Amino acid sequence: MTRFFDEMSLPDGEVRGAYRALAQWLEDTPVERLKSKRDEAEMLFRRLGITFLVYGQEGGAERLIPFDIIPRIFSAREWEHLSAGLIQRVRALNMFVHDIYHEREIIRAGALPAETLLANALIEPHMHGLDVPRDVYVHVAGIDIVRVAEDRFYVLEDNLRSPSGVSYMLENRNTMMRLFPDLFASVDVQAVEHYPQELLRNLRATAPAGVDDPTVVVLTPGSYNSAYFEHAFLADQMGVELVEGQDLTVRDGQVLMRTIEGLKRVDVIYRRINDEFMDPLVFRPDSTLGVPGVLSVCRGGRVTLANAFGTGFADDKSIYPFVPDVIRFYLSEEPILENVETYVLRKPDDLAYTLEHLPDLVVKEVHGSGGYGMLVGPMSTAGEREAYRARILDCPENFIAQPTLALSHCPTFVDEGIAPRHVDLRPYVLSGETVSVVPCGLTRVALTEGSLVVNSSQGGGTKDTWVLDS
Amino acid sequence: MRLSIVHRTAYQYDAAVSFGIQYLRLTPYANASQRVIRWTVEAPGKLTRWTDAFGNSCDTLIFDDPGDRIEIVAAGEVETSDTTGVLPDEQGGVPVETYLRPTPLTDADETVADFAAPHAEAVSRDRLDGAHRIATAIRDRIDYREGATDVQSSASEALRNGYGVCQDHAHVFIAVCRALHIPARYVSGYLHVADRDAPAPAGHAWAAVWIEGLGWVSFDVANRTCGTECYVGTAVGLDYESACPMRGIREGGESAERLSVSVDVREKRRPAS
Repeated sequence: MTRFFDEMSLPDGEVRGAYRALAQWLEDTPVERLKSKRDEAEMLFRRLGITFLVYGQEGGAERLIPFDIIPRIFSAREWEHLSAGLIQRVRALNMFVHDIYHEREIIRAGALPAETLLANALIEPHMHGLDVPRDVYVHVAGIDIVRVAEDRFYVLEDNLRSPSGVSYMLENRNTMMRLFPDLFASVDVQAVEHYPQELLRNLRATAPAGVDDPTVVVLTPGSYNSAYFEHAFLADQMGVELVEGQDLTVRDGQVLMRTIEGLKRVDVIYRRINDEFMDPLVFRPDSTLGVPGVLSVCRGGRVTLANAFGTGFADDKSIYPFVPDVIRFYLSEEPILENVETYVLRKPDDLAYTLEHLPDLVVKEVHGSGGYGMLVGPMSTAGEREAYRARILDCPENFIAQPTLALSHCPTFVDEGIAPRHVDLRPYVLSGETVSVVPCGLTRVALTEGSLVVNSSQGGGTKDTWVLDS
Repeated sequence: MRLSIVHRTAYQYDAAVSFGIQYLRLTPYANASQRVIRWTVEAPGKLTRWTDAFGNSCDTLIFDDPGDRIEIVAAGEVETSDTTGVLPDEQGGVPVETYLRPTPLTDADETVADFAAPHAEAVSRDRLDGAHRIATAIRDRIDYREGATDVQSSASEALRNGYGVCQDHAHVFIAVCRALHIPARYVSGYLHVADRDAPAPAGHAWAAVWIEGLGWVSFDVANRTCGTECYVGTAVGLDYESACPMRGIREGGESAERLSVSVDVREKRRPAS
């Protein structure tokens, strides 16, 4: 049987240093009180209206993401290691995006195959040759991490387009502080509430050249979007306008916002709308969500989009296997975080291996996300594997496969009491003036016993994530 | 050859238009085969000039309350020379490999792949010769017929229909070349036809393929020829969608839109010295 890394306890049962105060508190707290606190937490989230839409279910059900009241904790030392790895990775990925849209040195040097890369449909032709302020393309990155041992963190996925979830990270902390003030009094947890101000500072730092006091807005597709709560939340916390496409208009080579005092210039758009919907004059002509003409303003250097157009290729699952080489090429450093071994089913050898080892592997769609449409070998039935095999054979290049990782587990308060459940982590890395990461992240937890799928759309929950001061 | 060009586009609506925005690609680029002597774009609104990633000169046109009729006139003079249809990679622009990428209008589905397959051998022996054979085969297969297709028609549809206009010939040629790993791009612009009296009812479109060591070689499949001094390009792109002369949206004007286009291309004879 696989031994999973336990976030709280050493193999001999001794509690890790970072968890000592929490363990004591759990021991001192009656289960009844934990239950009532959990109910209270749920009520708080309902009152806040933090829900998310589950796609693919009848009626697009709106659900509350279950919240677990037992935090996941990192020591200062662990976090130092992890954050150094995150910053290294995002710095290199930003340089990669810049290079692909300019000199393409990584291809000339032969470090990456030209054909795989330049034929990638996620490379946006309209970005070629365009300079963006401070060469920042990925202002906000959400890097999905799993842990398998003490200092072994694997990057599962880089999310470089429009990563969501940071509002849960902030509200989880907020809720914990309201529910357990006594706990926070006894443990030195690093603060996270400055995240929106950090985001704003970085967005302002990437305003077009020559703008003194830049105006930043958050652009949302609207209240029907599954992450609308987050868009409104971040705009509110940053103290900037939340706008929809129809609130913005292009005039005289600028983007202007309709306000009650008239039209006002917008310098930085933190947009939570995918590329293809952003400008109907170049992308999808039927989109009414974006800002017609915005590409021309971008190319004129008069507005900054965060994230920039065309970052998607760099987090594509077909590029993922090359990220360690990307880090070595641009930074001349060895990657701090590990990459999961990946079989690219476009390659005949990898395809043959995968088909032989389906029960041991996780197979994913190259362009998929959110845990939809993947096969978790060890959890699958023979029938599911057969059906999936047919899908793979129909179009092998649409799939990659990875070994099933032994995700660490963390004590979680479930119906049976306190029990270990598998977790991952999505920290948010900000780029602007510098590259930085707020000491926290969204810990997602698979609430079903033994499950390795943490996605909220697949029944996962979340936890508060603590980084200790010392 | 010095060409004098007047390209008029008029939209007539059933009701007044309140707002509109368009990207215009109506200004010829400069390269080894064409030099712009003078050029103007006139429209009932404000124009902001920018350059897209393909190196095209674009204007963003914005009109407020232009009424129920909009007329856009692009006109000027261009000096052309015959480069036997070959152009060096004139500007940085996008990397050549980008032109291998299929688009919805140039998707290599089964119909396209079946048509491409017999040409694979000729292409692997000699790309340029292969491209000539493909161009001829497409023209033999697809009759020139106006009004039978529209700008949304894909390469595959044109092949199955067996008829189309210059744009369809270009899309099929691009799709087939890309299916055989030859970078190919769409060109929109103007064609001078010596014996034409009346203005043409549309601009022209053709395609170009990348031949390593030679450059971009243009093919006007519809007219069974490579580029000559009678051709003036205004924009290049992956397909019609990214190289079209105009693309926009409007508010108001009701649903009906009547479009009339006239393109007048004449040789300007220099006075005898």
